[in-house]
Amino acid sequence: MADTFDRVKQIIVDRLDVEESKVTMEASFKDDLEADSLDVVELVMELEDEFDTEIADEEAEKINTVGDAVNYINSIQ
Amino acid sequence: MLEHQVALVTGASRGIGRAIALELADKGAAVAVNYAGSEAKAQEVVEEIEANGGKAIKIQADVSKEADVKDMVKQTIEAFGRLDILVNNAGIAKDNLLMRMKEEEFDQVIDTNLKGVFLTTKAVTRQMMKQKSGRIINIASIVGVSGNPGQANYVAAKAGVIGMTKSNAKELATRNILVNAVAPGFITTDMTDELSEEQREEMLKMIPLNRLGEAKDIANVVRFLASEDSSYMTGQTIHVDGGMVM
Repeated sequence: MADTFDRVKQIIVDRLDVEESKVTMEASFKDDLEADSLDVVELVMELEDEFDTEIADEEAEKINTVGDAVNYINSIQ
Repeated sequence: MLEHQVALVTGASRGIGRAIALELADKGAAVAVNYAGSEAKAQEVVEEIEANGGKAIKIQADVSKEADVKDMVKQTIEAFGRLDILVNNAGIAKDNLLMRMKEEEFDQVIDTNLKGVFLTTKAVTRQMMKQKSGRIINIASIVGVSGNPGQANYVAAKAGVIGMTKSNAKELATRNILVNAVAPGFITTDMTDELSEEQREEMLKMIPLNRLGEAKDIANVVRFLASEDSSYMTGQTIHVDGGMVM
């Protein structure tokens, strides 16, 4: 769990250029991390690469917070 | 000019697509030559590129089928390691008067000429976003701007491509992916060779430059849109039609 979170956090910090402290499980990509829709699409792409998986569009659309991403990845691992 | 770049050209076995594939290869790009049915013709294009010292592969795919398109993009990236330029050229025509046009004639043309552009663009965007650069060049048609009797399906698809070009250009601009369209007028191809002398005369009356275009005229503009020279252009439709529609 912690491991998934750390890996997801690192990608978010690199991609969105935000401070690590802002990346919490509750943080919303769009509201708290200033990501636009395309940023979220790119993040999902990077998560797919990082965790060697494919995230279907329907699932990707449900990912709004950091926690959504972490929980989804944990659910398929 | 395009050294170390990789281009995917749909419908590249014949006509305008073939000229585009040869031109991009001539300027140094490795080219994936897509074809739907004409394998032998596609092979000839590959061999011509290789004979001139270039790199090319042929890939069969129906651009109106998502699975085919995904596989085509995958094969291109596997073969050449990246993807910089997509030229959406594949197209079909099924002309008929509106009153006679069958539903399937409408659907088939929309599927290949319009949905095909959506599917290929969607499929290459992932790679281009990763590379943080890309060029998408859509071959529309001047009739997509002017309309043309007997081509409700074709014109709807081509006008749709011009609109999609603008939308995709706006959506992808922040990722340095530039999307432009070329609208050819009457170009000498197998299709125009079948015209009667009378039809040809009529056609020329509409063209200020008083001649048909060559496939090379389109390929030259595509090369420009694929190159650094056009790096401040996106969402545009360039008319290459001898001045027919201004």
